[in-house]
Amino acid sequence: MNITATLLAQAAVFALFIAFTVKFIWPHMVRAIEARQKTIADGLAAADQGRRSLEQSNRQAEETLQQARSRAAELLAQAEKRAAELVDEARTAAREEGGREKAAAKAEIAQEMSRAREQLRDQVASLAVAGAEKILRREVDARAHAELLEQIKRQL
Amino acid sequence: MVEGAEQTPSEYIQHHLTSFTKPIGEGAFWTLNVDLLMVSILLGIVGCGFIWWVVRGATSGVPNKRQAAVELLFDFIDEQAKGIFHHGDRNRFVAPLALTVFVWVVLMNAMDFLPADLVGLATHHISEHGFRYVPTADVNTTFALSISVLVLTIVFAISVKGFGGWLHELFFAPFGSHPLLVPANFLFQMVEYVSKTLSHSLRLFGNMYAGEILFLLLWMWAAHSSLSGDHLVGWFSSVLLGLGWAIFHILIVLLQAYIFMMLTVVYISMAHEHH
Repeated sequence: MNITATLLAQAAVFALFIAFTVKFIWPHMVRAIEARQKTIADGLAAADQGRRSLEQSNRQAEETLQQARSRAAELLAQAEKRAAELVDEARTAAREEGGREKAAAKAEIAQEMSRAREQLRDQVASLAVAGAEKILRREVDARAHAELLEQIKRQL
Repeated sequence: MVEGAEQTPSEYIQHHLTSFTKPIGEGAFWTLNVDLLMVSILLGIVGCGFIWWVVRGATSGVPNKRQAAVELLFDFIDEQAKGIFHHGDRNRFVAPLALTVFVWVVLMNAMDFLPADLVGLATHHISEHGFRYVPTADVNTTFALSISVLVLTIVFAISVKGFGGWLHELFFAPFGSHPLLVPANFLFQMVEYVSKTLSHSLRLFGNMYAGEILFLLLWMWAAHSSLSGDHLVGWFSSVLLGLGWAIFHILIVLLQAYIFMMLTVVYISMAHEHH
């Protein structure tokens, strides 16, 4: 086992293999690996972004919901108030109407009463005249005694 | 081989440790270990080719299992390079260099698992007189790697600090810039360069060579058991021990390749540092 020219040949072969690896193997692989690393990094970033925007839209939805809820509460309160007002108004109107009808009825009653009294008075007067005729057994001249009759009627 | 019934144990091992060489010029140096070159080039093409094939169809979407396995390897190498190399863009050179070293050395080391006598049946058609198929169990391969790394460290040192800066460091570091310390500095730097390169290559070589020898010893036991009529006791025990050693050797194969790669990155990283 001597040192021979094989050494030079082997060194040349070695140099060729190194050159081949440097030129044709390593850059390809590194490029593929780095491209994949970039893809993975991009994917992770996109996922992160997605998570962030999901959070944001969740927050927005929550806000909108909150707004809707308070708006609904407000509307409900308004409606209740309005209903109470309506009931009040209706009650007042009914009360007024009732009062008015009562007053009209009272007036009618009063009218009826006075009319009845008048009739009564007339009838009593004619009854009295009839009584007096019977008592006097003679006709009373209605015209002659009209003044007297009027007086009596008034006193009844 | 087994047919050589007259082989002594040392002849058996000698036979398996004989390289298939071809002289290409005058002198002992100018010969080529054809077997080492064939196996290492084939393994490099298989390793790099497989990864290239996977990478060419790589998707940046969801990877299939094959791509995921290769990406695990990439990630492992890149983590190591990232941990050590902080002097610029590691993707430009250091990380791919580490990947090449790791994959190639693992494959070359892993050839140790193939049973020598079975491989011999095939390689005898190529070379009758020995064919070594574990490239990293030969100093030529490991020195080729470590000297290449040495050259790279010097190239990087010069490209980072400039030629003047590198020379300045060679003579004025680490002890200081006093003129009397210049020889000591230079000596220290030389020792550092040489020892780095030697330990880098011999660590790998020693581990793989020792592993190969141990496998050969076990297989030799089995080979001789079938001849010596010991009722296959030696055959069974060598199978069991061979299994145990192979399992342990998986650790060594991966660990040595890992150490070799790490040292490569460390040396190149050190070349970028200013003293």
